[in-house]
Amino acid sequence: MENILIKTIDLTKTYNVGEIDVHALKSVNITIEKGEFVAIMGASGSGKSTLMNLLGCLDMPTTGDYFLDGINTSKLPQNEYAHIRNQKIGFVFQGFNLLPRTTALENVELPLMYDRLEKVKNHQKQASQALERVGLGDRMHHIPSQLSGGQQQRVALARALVNQPSIILADEPTGNLDSVTSVEVFNLFQKLNDEGITIVMVTHERDFAAFAKRIIEMRDGRVIRDSKIKDRLNAEEELKKVIAEAEIKE
Amino acid sequence: MQAKIILKVATKSIMKSRMRSLLTALGIIIGVAAVVVMVAIGDGAQQKVEQSIASLGTNLIIITPGSSNTGGVRGGMGTFSRFTFDDVDKIKNEAMLIKGVSPLVRSGGQVIGGVGNWFTSIQGVSPDYLDIREWPLQSGEFFTDRDVLARAKVCVLGTEVVKNLFPNDDPIGQQIRIRNTPFKVIGVLKEKGQSATGTSNDDVILAPSRTVQDRLSGGRFITSIQVSALSADKIPAAIAELKGIMRESHKIEPGMDDDFTIRDQSDLSEAATETSRILTILLASVAGVSLIVGGIGIMNIMLVSVTERTREIGIRLSVGARASDILIQFLTEAIVLSLSGGVIGVAFSFLVAYLLNNYTDQTAYIKPQIIMIAFGFAGAIGIFFGFYPARKASALNPIDALRYE
Repeated sequence: MENILIKTIDLTKTYNVGEIDVHALKSVNITIEKGEFVAIMGASGSGKSTLMNLLGCLDMPTTGDYFLDGINTSKLPQNEYAHIRNQKIGFVFQGFNLLPRTTALENVELPLMYDRLEKVKNHQKQASQALERVGLGDRMHHIPSQLSGGQQQRVALARALVNQPSIILADEPTGNLDSVTSVEVFNLFQKLNDEGITIVMVTHERDFAAFAKRIIEMRDGRVIRDSKIKDRLNAEEELKKVIAEAEIKE
Repeated sequence: MQAKIILKVATKSIMKSRMRSLLTALGIIIGVAAVVVMVAIGDGAQQKVEQSIASLGTNLIIITPGSSNTGGVRGGMGTFSRFTFDDVDKIKNEAMLIKGVSPLVRSGGQVIGGVGNWFTSIQGVSPDYLDIREWPLQSGEFFTDRDVLARAKVCVLGTEVVKNLFPNDDPIGQQIRIRNTPFKVIGVLKEKGQSATGTSNDDVILAPSRTVQDRLSGGRFITSIQVSALSADKIPAAIAELKGIMRESHKIEPGMDDDFTIRDQSDLSEAATETSRILTILLASVAGVSLIVGGIGIMNIMLVSVTERTREIGIRLSVGARASDILIQFLTEAIVLSLSGGVIGVAFSFLVAYLLNNYTDQTAYIKPQIIMIAFGFAGAIGIFFGFYPARKASALNPIDALRYE
């Protein structure tokens, strides 16, 4: 039981749009252990983004319970919610969501600023270490508009990592990136996962889902399939392949 | 979050859009500068009035005769004088709370001497008069009590008279003729400037009181009695004391009205300062309106800023910012904007005050309190007009804020 990081019990989310109730999630039960790399798949409207928002404590379930690291988050007040987002969760978004006109370093420092426990005294040092970890040690003082898409996403990843969260949640992390850069990002994900970081990501490309260890498929707000990946892709090898292909094309 | 970080974040986002921040703060800059300058002009005017009232002598008490009452028909103030030198002597001998007392015998006439002639006012006084009016001599000497008793024909000239009769020569030792009586000039008074009523203090000749009475005004009564109290806080007690002495001297039965009036300059200064105070309030409230308009400018920009930075708010919320963190951040931005506007505005008002004081007739006097009040107002406006946009920002839901395009 100690190994369980995420456990949802009958998680339900209903949105009221006018007079119609939209059931985005219908009684979802999933369990994710520490060290897993899970890809959540599904067509748009399947409820995967809603699930992601609930897992990320950005939203509250209508009914059901969500245990993160042993804490039942669905009973917590707003400020505790913010605290959990800060301490236990690192978010990576499709659109990177970096602060514009702000250096990579300052972007990465952001979660440390809102850490009420003040675990880290030297924000700058911690942030630069996180940037080095994603291979951007030489781009610390660049602002997002001076960085490529892949680099921006790596800054976002560094920001997600900086508070040493229990889990990284990635919502279509490569949706805005070309295939080479995407594979690069997955390479980084796999490395981090090898280091023991739990990752849950949403994607709708089966090719990319194969980089994970486990796929949860959703449709109409329900989990329809939950399976281990047998022949998992190694991003590092794939990266060599796509680079070679790209060179042939040229 | 630590206060230091909050301030850093606020100043950073202000500096990110410098032009807009400057224009936003401009409303406060102009508002604060306007309030400070307007109040400074009002205070400057008030100070001028106070100075000209102080030129009468700070502890001055004036006893003037009451109205005449002839068969029930009452004349106006000063229509009838029963003041004599005996009254002055009695005050001099009995009053404990006074520093000096002088009769004032007012006369006037054509004066011939030096290069021509000049019509001026002649005041018969005693040697105490210079002390009472705090009026030093510029040169020469003043007459003595012996000169008064001897009815000596000596006089002291105001600078205005000197200017008209002796523009080139030293008047001391010269003879002048006042209404055909020759007087020897023994001293010149220092220039005193305008009086509270706007006339020149310096267009005057002072001579011994008894000389003026005998030679010029005639009769045995004197125009008024000028007294100086020991100190400003003893003025009310001195007035009470003088009242008693005068009633006794004039043998007024208990229950009967005084036949004299005692005034100190507080009546005069109150009226004058009241006028300039009303002016100050009027000017300041007009300027205050512009400060409020500046505040609305801040609110407007902050509201735009909240909409524009919705994603930023979403990002901050997603990495663990509380609603209160967002509220404080935006509120701090508004306060930093308005306070720095206040600083620049005060600096600007010092410049304007400097220009007014050095290049125009207008005097502006910036009191330290008004700077504190201006800062207080600027800060309060930041809080008041910054609160609504900040509340709006902090009420955002993280998901909606992140999705906002």
